[in-house]
Amino acid sequence: MESAWVPLTLTLKVAGWATALNLVFGVAIGFLLARKRFPGRDLLDALLTLPMVMPPTVLGYYLLVLLGRHGPIGGWLRDSFGINLIFTWQGAVIAATIVTFPLVFKSARAAFEAVDPQFEQAARVLRISEGAVFFRVTLPLAWRGILAGLLLAFARASGEFGATLMVAGSIPGKTQTLSVAVYEAVQAGQDSIANFLVLVTSVTCIAVLLAAGRLAPGRVAGQP
Amino acid sequence: MLRLLGALFALLLSGQVLAAELTVSAAASLTNAFRELAPLFEAQNPGVKLQFNFGASGALLQQIAKGAPADVFASADQETMDQAQAQGLVKADERRNFVSNTLVIIVPADSGNTPTRLNDLLQAHYQRIAIGLPASVPVGRYTKSVLEKAGLWPAIEPKMISAQNVRQALDYVARAEVDAGFVYATDAAIMPDRVKTALTVPTDFPILYPIAPVAASANHAVAQKFVAFVNSRPAQDVLAQYGFGKP
Repeated sequence: MESAWVPLTLTLKVAGWATALNLVFGVAIGFLLARKRFPGRDLLDALLTLPMVMPPTVLGYYLLVLLGRHGPIGGWLRDSFGINLIFTWQGAVIAATIVTFPLVFKSARAAFEAVDPQFEQAARVLRISEGAVFFRVTLPLAWRGILAGLLLAFARASGEFGATLMVAGSIPGKTQTLSVAVYEAVQAGQDSIANFLVLVTSVTCIAVLLAAGRLAPGRVAGQP
Repeated sequence: MLRLLGALFALLLSGQVLAAELTVSAAASLTNAFRELAPLFEAQNPGVKLQFNFGASGALLQQIAKGAPADVFASADQETMDQAQAQGLVKADERRNFVSNTLVIIVPADSGNTPTRLNDLLQAHYQRIAIGLPASVPVGRYTKSVLEKAGLWPAIEPKMISAQNVRQALDYVARAEVDAGFVYATDAAIMPDRVKTALTVPTDFPILYPIAPVAASANHAVAQKFVAFVNSRPAQDVLAQYGFGKP
């Protein structure tokens, strides 16, 4: 069953990158939506939540059309930098990032909104710069909620199937993630490989969910 | 409340009770031709409603093996049907070949490169080649065996973009996401404005499509009728229009 480790490590790589990208963008957007009032805020929130409710195939189709060789973004990337995203693991990362983005920015927004502004004001009274207030006060206070969102995003990204298959295809060792490998094994009637892959996937997901549960907001450190 | 739920539930199931539905699991390459055959067959058999389930032949076999309620199975190769027969999933004595097809290499319509022989695929401008998954897609199996025989498989496999069925390979080429692809002549004929056929690839054995009633079917009589129908003159005429050859 050694062949099962290749899709596993690839899955972890794709999910890891997607989570890292979401750490940056999801937290930034979550903070923006929690603290700033601007026209179109609700619309922006709704638009950014779309990937969570839209079928992955619809999302995959959007990405294929946009990032494809003849697509506006894909064509530009190819002509200017010679970059091609379709059928690459980077393409899988983009698909996974977009699918899981709502999980991160929603959790981040809720976590930032739950931070008591008095702590930040106290820090400002001590003449601490705005950047330091964010990194030394706000972010540590919101961290648990954000981390729970990131873990959920990681779990969801490792299970991404529809959009990934459409954008990245299924190239063994390059873009064939666990979920795609399971699909192919079942289609080809290779039940023993499928069973093993399914087991690995289930164990990974349970571990991540347990970790996310422990970090869920509403629980105070020290409580079981 | 309970009565309402019961009524809703009955409504949910009623579709299956009223019309005699015949579910045909057929190779993806048959999609367009079979859809055109449906009204002809339904006109000949009032009260019967045809339902199609298209996919890679290998995937369809797995569905039937796991108990999917298909009545007729039409595969794009003999090997998949042989497996179905060996597992007792189809009526072996009623199995018939009903069309033939050819393997071709296609390139995007606006491509500047056109391979004129198999070896051309080794050139650097063919970076990505769409091939059906040999494990479950017959066209991929045909492709692999041809390339293996020509001694080209080790060089071409790294360029392979695997497709879940032949129509996905066709779509990849039509979108120019790959530089070339292996499909059937009948698939290439569906998108003449987006793909062009570069060359016909000779295969060792003719590509023959078998069809057979599924052993577990509850509509065996209608399934038999459909198998006879695809071999009848009017159906063969429609299949020929889509480029399928005589068996």
